[in-house]
Amino acid sequence: MLTIFIDGIAYGMLLFVLACGLSVTLGLMNFINLAHGAFAMAGGYVAVALVNRLGISFWAALPLAFVFPAILGVVMERVLYRHVYARSHLDQVLFTIGLVFMSVAAVDYTMGSQQVFVKLPSSLEGQFSLMGVGVGRYRLLIIVVCGVLALTLQAILAHTRFGSRLRAAVDDARTARGLGINVNAVFALTFAVGSGLAGLGGALGAEVLGLDPQFPLKFMIYFLIVVAVGGTSSLTGPLLAALLLGIGDVAGKYYVPKLGAFAIYTIMIATLIWRPHGLFSRGAAR
Amino acid sequence: MSGAASGDLAAGVARYFSRRARWRPAEVVFWLLAAGTLFALPGKHLILAEIAILGLFALSLDLLLGYAGIISLGHAAFFGFGAYAAGLFSKHGLIAEPVLALLASGVLAAALGFVTSFLVLRGSDLTRLMVTLGVALVLRELANRYDWLTGGADGLQGITMAPVLGRFAFDIGGHVGYAYSLVVLAVLFFVARRIVHSPFGIALKSVKSNALRAAAIGIPVNARLVAIYTVAAAYAGIAGALLTQITQFCSLDVFAFDRSADLLVVLILGGTGYLYGGLVGAVLFKLMQDWLAAITPQYWQFWIGLVLVAIVLVGRDRMAAWLAAARRAVFRQ
Amino acid sequence: MSRGKLLAGVFAFAMAAGAAQAQDTVKIGLILPMTGQQASTGRQIDAAVKLFMQQNGATVAGKKIEVILKDDGAVPDNTKRIAQELIVNDKVSFIAGFGVTPAALAAAPLATQAKVPEIVMAAGTSIITERSPYIARTSFTLAQSSVVMADWAAKNGIKKVVTLVSDYAPGADAQNSFKERFSAAGGTVVAELKIPLANPDFAPFLQRARDAAPDALFVFVPSGQGGTFAKQFAERGLDKAGIKLIGPGDVMDDDLLNGMGDAVLGAVTAHLYSASHPSAKNKEFVAAFKKMHNNMRPNFMAVGGYDGMHLIYEALKKTNGSTDGDALIAAMKGMKWESPRGPISIDPETRDIVQNIYVRRVERVGGELYNTEFATFEAVKDPVKAAKK
Repeated sequence: MLTIFIDGIAYGMLLFVLACGLSVTLGLMNFINLAHGAFAMAGGYVAVALVNRLGISFWAALPLAFVFPAILGVVMERVLYRHVYARSHLDQVLFTIGLVFMSVAAVDYTMGSQQVFVKLPSSLEGQFSLMGVGVGRYRLLIIVVCGVLALTLQAILAHTRFGSRLRAAVDDARTARGLGINVNAVFALTFAVGSGLAGLGGALGAEVLGLDPQFPLKFMIYFLIVVAVGGTSSLTGPLLAALLLGIGDVAGKYYVPKLGAFAIYTIMIATLIWRPHGLFSRGAAR
Repeated sequence: MSGAASGDLAAGVARYFSRRARWRPAEVVFWLLAAGTLFALPGKHLILAEIAILGLFALSLDLLLGYAGIISLGHAAFFGFGAYAAGLFSKHGLIAEPVLALLASGVLAAALGFVTSFLVLRGSDLTRLMVTLGVALVLRELANRYDWLTGGADGLQGITMAPVLGRFAFDIGGHVGYAYSLVVLAVLFFVARRIVHSPFGIALKSVKSNALRAAAIGIPVNARLVAIYTVAAAYAGIAGALLTQITQFCSLDVFAFDRSADLLVVLILGGTGYLYGGLVGAVLFKLMQDWLAAITPQYWQFWIGLVLVAIVLVGRDRMAAWLAAARRAVFRQ
Repeated sequence: MSRGKLLAGVFAFAMAAGAAQAQDTVKIGLILPMTGQQASTGRQIDAAVKLFMQQNGATVAGKKIEVILKDDGAVPDNTKRIAQELIVNDKVSFIAGFGVTPAALAAAPLATQAKVPEIVMAAGTSIITERSPYIARTSFTLAQSSVVMADWAAKNGIKKVVTLVSDYAPGADAQNSFKERFSAAGGTVVAELKIPLANPDFAPFLQRARDAAPDALFVFVPSGQGGTFAKQFAERGLDKAGIKLIGPGDVMDDDLLNGMGDAVLGAVTAHLYSASHPSAKNKEFVAAFKKMHNNMRPNFMAVGGYDGMHLIYEALKKTNGSTDGDALIAAMKGMKWESPRGPISIDPETRDIVQNIYVRRVERVGGELYNTEFATFEAVKDPVKAAKK
């Protein structure tokens, strides 16, 4: 059923935009940032506040939902995160889980515990018919926006100087430093962009996934799944992983509803057994 | 290289390890204090029982993480498996006596650990995290699906516990429950202590620090890892069974991601690799959580998060230094 | 009189007064999910309890009322331990709240063992009140609303229905009671879909429902998920395909309704409470609630909490302040009063709530979305237990 296919792609693309920042952070600085979901939540709530309370249009709110979490990311990185880079993974886990708890409670306090919705412009509501298949307008928007983002990111990575510096730093940070690449600056910028993307994903996802203060805790698992299955050494890995998981989850629930909930986990376990370092990790087809 | 020299070396090594295995005064004090709470703090036995169970659960993860270097986000799989096993044993009268049921649940959890151990043998840390998590979540879904057996989201109803060893019935004040958990924790702890100070445990430590080198000197790495994974699973299963027996209730939450995540926090808080980390972490975390939740039932998560962040930022080394300075200051006076 | 004797006298008086004070406090253990996925339920009930006490004072039948609020995060292990501590250490005379069914069930054996009344203010599965003779409920059962929905649907030209419920006990309750009543009235349930509780995306289920081309889609999801569901329902064009959205009112939760947008206009649900219920008592309740709580609209959970406190207060008045569990439960049986939702009573046989169930439609009133009631089914008892007799 083509509609299901499109739904799955939309869901997958959304997961990709949400998780790619986490993937790059992990691959680049070997830093486990479990608080990644908090930036997504921040972006979502920024969009809600702008559109619902201040009456700004949805289209204008989307870029702002990228900018604010990005700025927040820069600030957090300079003030808090950089003290923890040299620590063990376990300490990083503790630190970021602490941040998640704080963000969840803070949002609960300021915005309330209930789910919130973004007022969509009417041009985005409902479906239209494309060659006899019903296509949700909003889902199409997600696919288009996330697709453009993915292509832009890949272009930056492959065709710009910054991109090659980033790839060098991911491959071997010490050598990169030795070549004169300012790895710290690369990281700060990447962290900011990753957080911004998470925020944008949160704003886009509010309509489909539901936005409430528990968002980081609810979806942490899915981000981790995308990063684990996709590997951390490229962008195509998480993209394909996200698509696989999105389509698998949606199709699984449609065709085999009794086993629907298992689909995403079994796909992940199976993939990781087959390729323990992720689908497209170094050492594999590169 | 005469025989005498290598004999001296062997004796020296044996002396070194037996010295490390000796009981420290601090350990003795710890267990005396723990026994003391049985009599001194009757009003707190309910939460102390929970701390004991959490401590046992954290101990089982420490065996994996601190001694074998395997990081797991799905340890709740074994906890939950043991919990439901104990619940079902009691409910259907299969094994009425609690201690036997506890052991049986541990054996079942160990079997599950053995069967899934091959999943954690390869891959990076992240892979292991996710695979273990996946197993726990799949189990949760299975428990939800087969609700004719497990009670589904409502939880397993109708568990009534027979008296422990036929004599000590579980009371509403939680006293028997706490004594039971504390004894189980102590016994399993001593067993774990023997294991980690045995040749098996020492081999495990060398595997953790460098698996390739360990294999090069003839240690069967995979066999050791499978063994410790099975033992850790058994411990976790017993902790879960204890929880079911003491609360006489068992629900899907035993498999929840939150449980595995909290466990990781507890263990990191207390420190890995010296066996007491899980217990210390459990005490700190649960008491802090209880205290904060009493002050602010809605926003305690914020303060716990703040404490965690502060602890990491300040750093364990600095805190140990402060403690040492404080101790010196106190004793100088 | 010597100064010593005066001092002793004052001291003795103070001691006596203090002791009398301690004996004259009735403590209520309020166990709610204040954190976690069900936090919005906890928040609504806590707000309602505070409002009730502000309006009715903290003294009943000569006793001072003290509410001890505890967060269980909707984890039943926590609920059990917290209830135990409240009963044993704090010596509460009531345990109340219980945001989810497993929590209420976990505390039931304690209520029986300690003879402490358990007032269920939120959980909605039918069997709860059967688990202990000390349980009284002021919330609702899913079956009550589902059965009324089935009656209404059968009478209004709906023949084919697809049921879509969350895969846990209340969902099963809703589906089974709907199916039974609907089939008995001549309708057919063409497909029964179950959604995993932790489900991010409703797309596949909605698509399946659409493929089956029913007259209506009967939906139950826990109150936190209703909004996303309703939006995706409209996004997928099910309303344009002529499929009506029906079900228990949980999916049109007042807490979230206003944010859902025009997509949900016209949805028909059956439920115990709407914030726009046109009674004087309700208008007063809603106004006072909004004033006290930062313009927050009360929902059906809040009303459960409010009426739970009313039940406790009235029971204490009837027993003259005695905290004997058996006397309190006996006092609660058969109690009737006017709640903001309408007239309610506690069934003396089952200790469950008997209330009106209203059929209502989502309409825009004064610029906001409300569930406007247009049909009333009076004094509905829990059908699952009623059928067992």
